Amino acid sequence: MDPALEALIQLGAPLALLALAFFTGRRAERRHYQSIRARERELCMLPAVTFRQIPSSWGVDGVGLVTGSVVISVDHFKRFLAGLRTLVGGRIKSYETLLDRARREAVLRCKEQARARGYHAVVNLRLETTRIAGKSRKGNATAGVEVLAFGTGLELRRDPR
Amino acid sequence: MIISTTENIPGHNVKKFFGVVSGSTVRAKHIGRDIMAGLKNLIGGELKGYTELLQESRDDALARMVQEAESLGANAVVNVRFSTSSIAQGAAELFAYGTAVQVD
Repeated sequence: MDPALEALIQLGAPLALLALAFFTGRRAERRHYQSIRARERELCMLPAVTFRQIPSSWGVDGVGLVTGSVVISVDHFKRFLAGLRTLVGGRIKSYETLLDRARREAVLRCKEQARARGYHAVVNLRLETTRIAGKSRKGNATAGVEVLAFGTGLELRRDPR
Repeated sequence: MIISTTENIPGHNVKKFFGVVSGSTVRAKHIGRDIMAGLKNLIGGELKGYTELLQESRDDALARMVQEAESLGANAVVNVRFSTSSIAQGAAELFAYGTAVQVD
């Protein structure tokens, strides 16, 4: 084979992969943010707070555990950019948005479960983040992060006295 | 069985403490799910297979915790916490713990 053509293929394949990841990743992120914003508006009447104690003035009819979790991963392109960023240091914006999306999604799922079970509020909400280690040859591939949101759902009396 | 992440349950008084109860499970990933996750790793987005797997495992850990509380004669578990650690390549431990109590 022509050496120039061979070099083009060797260089072109990783670049094509990066380009594919760039477009699909960007689209996925934009769609996810749209969905997060729409659901946050929908669920704004169901507050989730980090109070450790339930205020004594609230009339509570029932309590129960609610959880929501998500495992999410960055795309190949962003991981490549982050790899470059670690050479010079500084903020890695692509990972910041990843974690932001994961946390908001987890809280939303927690609230959705609370609504499905008939609760009106979530108190003592906690967030846990764990890196899920993936199989990798180099040992540095992030398979994804898991964010878990859990709290106590409250069934409130309609007319607290 | 009442399960709560708060220290007390409104409308109930704690009658008796039974101490800490816990439940844990260590899970490995399924190869088929791993292949799909590898693909998602390239294009980005939610790894649904993993989300479901961890959710199921966590429910398992919680069920074990509840079982332990029931065997002690408790009717509620308060101050429940979760923790997840990836202990090896492709394996994670899901852990749930809380305080077993008897309420009226």
